Amino acid sequence: MPLSLIPAEFEIRRNPDLCIKCGVCTRQCSFSGQNINPDDGSISSDDNSCVGCQRCVTLCPTHALQVVQRPEQGRRHAIWTTATRAGIAKQAETGGMLLTGMGADKPFPVYWDRMFLNASQVTNPSIDPLREPMELRTYLGSKPNQVEFDEQGRPVTAMPPQLRLELPVMFSAMSFGSISLSTAMSMARAAAESGTYFNTGEGGLHASLRQYGANAIVQVASGRFGVTPDYLANSAAVEIKIGQGAKPGIGGHLPGEKVSAEVSATRMIPQGADAISPAPHHDIYSIEDLKQLIWALKESTNYTKPISVKIAAVHNIVPIASGAVRAGADIVAIDGIRGGTGAAPTMIRDNVGIPIEFALAAVDAQLRKEGIRHQASLVAAGGFRNSADIMKAIALGADAVYLGSSALVALGCHMCQKCYTGKCTWGIATQDPYLTKRLNPEIGVKRLKNLLRAWSLEMKEMLGGMGMNSIDSLRGNREMLRGIEMSAQELEILGVSPAGR
Amino acid sequence: MKRIYAKEEHCIGCRLCEIYCILEHSGHQTLVKAFADEENRPEPACRVEEDGALSFALQCRHCEDAPCVAACIAGAMTRDPATGVVSHDKDKCVGCWSCVMMCPFGGIHIDIEKGKVVSKCDLCGGEDAPACVAHCPNEALIYE
Repeated sequence: MPLSLIPAEFEIRRNPDLCIKCGVCTRQCSFSGQNINPDDGSISSDDNSCVGCQRCVTLCPTHALQVVQRPEQGRRHAIWTTATRAGIAKQAETGGMLLTGMGADKPFPVYWDRMFLNASQVTNPSIDPLREPMELRTYLGSKPNQVEFDEQGRPVTAMPPQLRLELPVMFSAMSFGSISLSTAMSMARAAAESGTYFNTGEGGLHASLRQYGANAIVQVASGRFGVTPDYLANSAAVEIKIGQGAKPGIGGHLPGEKVSAEVSATRMIPQGADAISPAPHHDIYSIEDLKQLIWALKESTNYTKPISVKIAAVHNIVPIASGAVRAGADIVAIDGIRGGTGAAPTMIRDNVGIPIEFALAAVDAQLRKEGIRHQASLVAAGGFRNSADIMKAIALGADAVYLGSSALVALGCHMCQKCYTGKCTWGIATQDPYLTKRLNPEIGVKRLKNLLRAWSLEMKEMLGGMGMNSIDSLRGNREMLRGIEMSAQELEILGVSPAGR
Repeated sequence: MKRIYAKEEHCIGCRLCEIYCILEHSGHQTLVKAFADEENRPEPACRVEEDGALSFALQCRHCEDAPCVAACIAGAMTRDPATGVVSHDKDKCVGCWSCVMMCPFGGIHIDIEKGKVVSKCDLCGGEDAPACVAHCPNEALIYE
């Protein structure tokens, strides 16, 4: 075999004074980066195999390990970086596309960081959430054009089906197959116990998660995996997946190795067979076609469940979102370029789509202009890192947000971006029974519930600071935002005034 | 009495239970010192049984009707009727290994060279969670 020219990305540093040769690191590494010599019990590390997942570092009982990114290798070049050259070397050796996982890791501008929230001072009182009730409750679904009341003042207008969220945050679509059952279980239970929703992705709903159907948004995607009458009936809402922020225009490919017996039964495909989701829905080539599927799903769920349409943020997102609303979508979910994935071509992930901030602001503004904003709720997705990001998204017009990456980080993900290998050392993006055991759902549920609780507290504190006692007062309230480091045009699209104005 | 229960569906086979069992019975304060003192390093009383993805940590079950106590010819293995803890007295042990043969779980470990029983779970005193339980990173061991 000719010499490989792919440089090692990480350096495994072992402090010999602290290493007790217990071998925990060797048992935790699923990439052969840490190896024990059976003859003498000595331990050796292989930088070339290391993916930087930090599993060994975290589990080492004496903190003897450090895994650090190697500095630029060879003569420094600002454009032809080591990573750029490593990509070429990899492709020269394999002839394949560069694959990756999680959200884009390029230093894109994060516009949330260029917007600041407001607070009350002197002329309007702020509210202390510890003393007064604060409302984060959110209803997703189409709202009537107007509400009529009878003589006793009771509303007589029929309300379309709504999702009731105790906080404007849901877990985003991640299929069983791309993630382990214990990960899906953790999100399902945390959603049920926190009064929100999880999303099945397009992998169907595993039998053990059926009991959480009341908190499940079930996806119907281009592969139609796992879609049965019971799947649709046993849900809170149905989501048509058109696109994904990490890979707009691209289908899905779950490699056969990840199609275990359980995944096979849930997806209704043969064990070990690749699960290919086509790039388009083969029955959707227009808004009119989309309308047919939306209404077919409404009909088959007896008009009792909101129908969501998830689309990736692309250049013409505004007319597409408007079309989806006019086609009857009760919820439109928009996934921005920083959205995560279990597997995507690196070039697509890092170069296709637009940031969620612009897509959200533009869609919200246009739907208002067309007078149809009330006909659908907007859910923003794609790289929400903390409660402040969520507050800013709500001020830009979102009704709620989807969390994917941050939920996985709460469960242990260290963003090594090797989800597509199926060897996730944290037991998240894998079906290997030796690895999936590493995520104990009992612990996972607690961690996710804690995260949602902590973010709720922060959101209430920020709301109170702005003198509001309900998240509804912030929704689409761009007066509560000010921008920095943006061009006049960027500010105009976001509908936000510059700081100081 | 409180017992240690293994949840094999959550055991990840890291063997941190064994490592912290060694530390607890080493008389040292840190793992680095406990492992450096090779001569006096105790054998772990808690052992991970593993076959592929299936694994769990096993210690003495502290049986109510402990066969090892009945089998001990030297009176080294005793069961405290108050606490229910089965203890082993190394000074009294004559190394006949009858207890090892009688234990239905394989919870008693021997040193072939020294000829004696060298490790058996003592529940680390029994008050707080034993070291193996306290340090299991995935809550695969519970003490209740």
